[in-house]
Amino acid sequence: MKFIPHTQKEIEEMMRDIGISSLDDLFKDIPDEVKIKEKLNLPTPLSELGIKNEIENIFSSDIPPKRIFLGGGAYYHFIPSTVNYILNRGEFYTSYTPYQPELSQGILQALFEFQSVLSDLTGADVTNASMYDGATSLVEAIFMAERIKNKKRLLVANSLNPEYQEVIKTYLKPRNIEIEYIDFREDGRVDLDKLKDKSKNDFSSLVIQSPNYFGIIEDIEDINKIVKEKDALLILSILEVLSLGMLKPPFELGVDILTGEAQSFGLPLSFGGPYLGIIQTRKEFIREIPGRIVGETVDRNGKRCFVMTLRTREQDIRREKAKSNICTNNSLNAIASLVYLTTVGPEGLKKIANLNYKKAHYFKQRLTNEGFNLTFSGPFFNEIAVNLPFSYDILKEKLSIVGIEGGFPLRYYGMDNSYLFAVTEMNSREDIELLICALKEG
Amino acid sequence: MHKVIEGLFYQKTDEWLKVEDDTGIIGITDYAQDKLGDIVFLEEAKVGKIVNKGDAVISIESVKAAADIHSPVSGEIIEVNLEVVQNPQIINEDPFGKGWLFKIKIKNKDELKDLMDAKSYSEYRK
Amino acid sequence: MKLLNELSKRGKNKFDIEDDINSEIEMLDDKYLRDDVNIPDVSEIELIRHFISLSKDNYGVDNGFYPLGSCTMKYNPKINEDIAKREELKYFHPLTSIEYSQGLLKIMWEIEEFLKSLTGMDAFTLQPAAGAHGEYTGLRIMWEYFNEKGEKRNKVILPDSSHGTNPASSSMLGLDVIEIESKEGMVDPEKLIEVVDENTFALMLTNPNTLGFFEKDILKISKILKSKGALLYYDGANLNGFVGIARPGDMGFDAVHLNLHKTFSTPHGGGGPGSGPVGVKEFLKDYLPYPVIENSDDFYYFSKPAKSIGKVRSFFGNFSVILKAYLYIKELGFEGLKEVSQIAVLNANYIKEKLKKYYPSQFDRLVKHECILSGKIYKEYGVKTLDIAKRIMDYGFHPPTIYFPHIVDEALMIEPTETENKETLDNFIEAMIKISDEIKNNPEIVKNAPITTKIQRPDELRANKELKVKW
Repeated sequence: MKFIPHTQKEIEEMMRDIGISSLDDLFKDIPDEVKIKEKLNLPTPLSELGIKNEIENIFSSDIPPKRIFLGGGAYYHFIPSTVNYILNRGEFYTSYTPYQPELSQGILQALFEFQSVLSDLTGADVTNASMYDGATSLVEAIFMAERIKNKKRLLVANSLNPEYQEVIKTYLKPRNIEIEYIDFREDGRVDLDKLKDKSKNDFSSLVIQSPNYFGIIEDIEDINKIVKEKDALLILSILEVLSLGMLKPPFELGVDILTGEAQSFGLPLSFGGPYLGIIQTRKEFIREIPGRIVGETVDRNGKRCFVMTLRTREQDIRREKAKSNICTNNSLNAIASLVYLTTVGPEGLKKIANLNYKKAHYFKQRLTNEGFNLTFSGPFFNEIAVNLPFSYDILKEKLSIVGIEGGFPLRYYGMDNSYLFAVTEMNSREDIELLICALKEG
Repeated sequence: MHKVIEGLFYQKTDEWLKVEDDTGIIGITDYAQDKLGDIVFLEEAKVGKIVNKGDAVISIESVKAAADIHSPVSGEIIEVNLEVVQNPQIINEDPFGKGWLFKIKIKNKDELKDLMDAKSYSEYRK
Repeated sequence: MKLLNELSKRGKNKFDIEDDINSEIEMLDDKYLRDDVNIPDVSEIELIRHFISLSKDNYGVDNGFYPLGSCTMKYNPKINEDIAKREELKYFHPLTSIEYSQGLLKIMWEIEEFLKSLTGMDAFTLQPAAGAHGEYTGLRIMWEYFNEKGEKRNKVILPDSSHGTNPASSSMLGLDVIEIESKEGMVDPEKLIEVVDENTFALMLTNPNTLGFFEKDILKISKILKSKGALLYYDGANLNGFVGIARPGDMGFDAVHLNLHKTFSTPHGGGGPGSGPVGVKEFLKDYLPYPVIENSDDFYYFSKPAKSIGKVRSFFGNFSVILKAYLYIKELGFEGLKEVSQIAVLNANYIKEKLKKYYPSQFDRLVKHECILSGKIYKEYGVKTLDIAKRIMDYGFHPPTIYFPHIVDEALMIEPTETENKETLDNFIEAMIKISDEIKNNPEIVKNAPITTKIQRPDELRANKELKVKW
């Protein structure tokens, strides 16, 4: 299948106009040594029907369990039909970065609305127009804090998603920034005494996650007090943004930079991406935030309109002094999340968040009734770690029999018999009972 | 034609320097403000900061461009024009007057030798 | 157009969801709870109309010609969108046990094979989310390689026509950037020799470069770098200029990134998502970010390379974007991809030949996928390239990239891509010629453009001063 519209006659006319006699002439400036001489090993071209049939075969070989209790940075949530309906608009998805505002008001206004809704939800002054994912936005926040505070030391709560911890390490190694980890207590929360101890020396920022990797809600205000005593910044990473439907707006608790993974707002799990990174801050740090920002203005006739603003932070203008190298972001997914949030509305968001909380706590009730222990005792949202008296392989086997995926092992922490379960609005009471049953078996 | 003022020192990165005893007043030239366009942001220099000749001290930004202000001489920053930090468009309006950026206590007057006078700068930016 | 908050009234939204838990649940301590959620409250029909109206205020490839240089705005096949949105993927959790994701892993493994074949590189990672992320990842791999060898090199060389992401990515690693002046729009080996030394980390090169020129001295350039132990990085933004014709791996490049959202037809989505896989030569393979996909006896699984730089993002990559590129390659095959670059280059040269006399730049030579024109001769009429770009909108086209690369005064960077037919190109050419007549006869028309768009010439100064970034 090809997507080239030219007729042979047109190609010949065009060659004549250019003054060449064959298409090969177009490449005569490429040295022969580097030209491809033999046919490359690529598949035989397929028609639309052909590719459809082949994909059908591939997909039918993968039939994962339908009952999903996995979380850990990506969550199984309901996606209303409105989201895909809007995403299918070619005017949106086949457009580029809105460099020409006259032809891009749709994207620009939608991104402005995205920034506004996300800011309303968390209490931020500034939200940018999206990042790649939660992990890379967190790294950008750390760099931001380093630019602002200029200290070569970073504190990281060990209850941050291990994958995110690994990403931080990769990015910080060439920059000579020292990383120190703050342990968690038995309730699964940041150990404040240890934080006090580690914050004796200067640092640019502390990174925490809440709800943290174990699903536990942190006491952000208490943590913030310690951070502010040292004139450092508090960076909060939220991977389960649905918790915002229930929990206090983080900027009211003293957070300086918020980053997160907003996949829960209407984005398909899609085997890991593309998702939606968010980054937000207070007004005073607006010039340090990476990526695109859309601002409101008026056109020459005084009509309200939207443009990309504070462009001098970006790579195409500032080059090596840019705040980040980011160019392509996740605009379309930002619009998806805006459509999601507008579809469920304020009451709906509260309802879904509360339902997640309720189902996860029902699961906890059932677990404790059956004599299982939770790994941590702290308050949680929709994800919990459970101690189970068997290995991961055995757990997988037990669950696969009843068509359940869930229970991610906390191996990173050496807690081999502790498993993470997420419970969302998608898991029915029956599914939960089935899960409990499977755990009880043998 | 861009304005150039007699009696000031200039450098290739388009800053001017006015010398009053040991004090140097630094700003950007008419040419520079015109090239940048409408200036929307000027970073606040830190009083007390020691800078070397040629150091990028602060950044200045318009809608579509950004530039660094390089100190034409070494010394200590002793005063910052907070009025232009608040209202950077003053630089566009009056680059050689009200639009000055900061004052520096000049460490070594020998460095002035490396700078251009009004005539050579006009020639350079012709 | 109203904003969502201006349509909002408490109680309009009727979204609902079932609660099948009847038991009493302990409630969270009040101190954690928010009072209210303050997001727009609109009905579903209003929401649909709102976003449909917004979409009508936007221009994409599906609307018309979009010759944005260095962006490769080609047609995005609909079948690929359909497949990437399938129900099976919607709820495919990335932490699903690999026994259940064999098909998806196979797709990832296979596209890596395709990309290796097309670029002449030895191994790939599909993780980077975009071109710039790929650049960072590629440079980070090189950094680890030098670090391991105990070499402290910190100088990245860039031609003055390079993309802004190149210096920005270098800075993120704490490397210093040195720009070299181009000669006739290409890297000058003589100048390069002068700056390459034992402290040189790499040269980052886009090829064809941002002027659309094939770097004719590429083999010489590669030798110069290798002689000092420095590496050569390929910015794949312009691969559409010779895909299927030549391979960066055969030109001496040690690491490359590709933009699947350019060469391989995945849509840009108003700025993203994209995907920027990175390919490396054998000696850098062990440094790839983990996980990498392995295959033994048709069983696919993840592993961690021996000296891996670590992780550069969550999970394994922008899978649904990767899937679309995979489908595209399977639809076209080798001959189809070769024809892509042939026709893309034919189109670009056709535009250049027809318009060079109206918009001459300092260069006139064979181009690849894009051509550079200039509006500098119209300065005497008081018309800027920005005005020309705005006037192009009145003729129903998206303007080209303007004012880039910086080495061309008043640059217009035009990339037609292979999916535009001759009629479209002729219409565009005709419009450009008409605009040049307008400038000469009545420049005010051009200076006052656009007149057909809903909004015209936004006040960017005001946006920068007021910084109103939320309602």
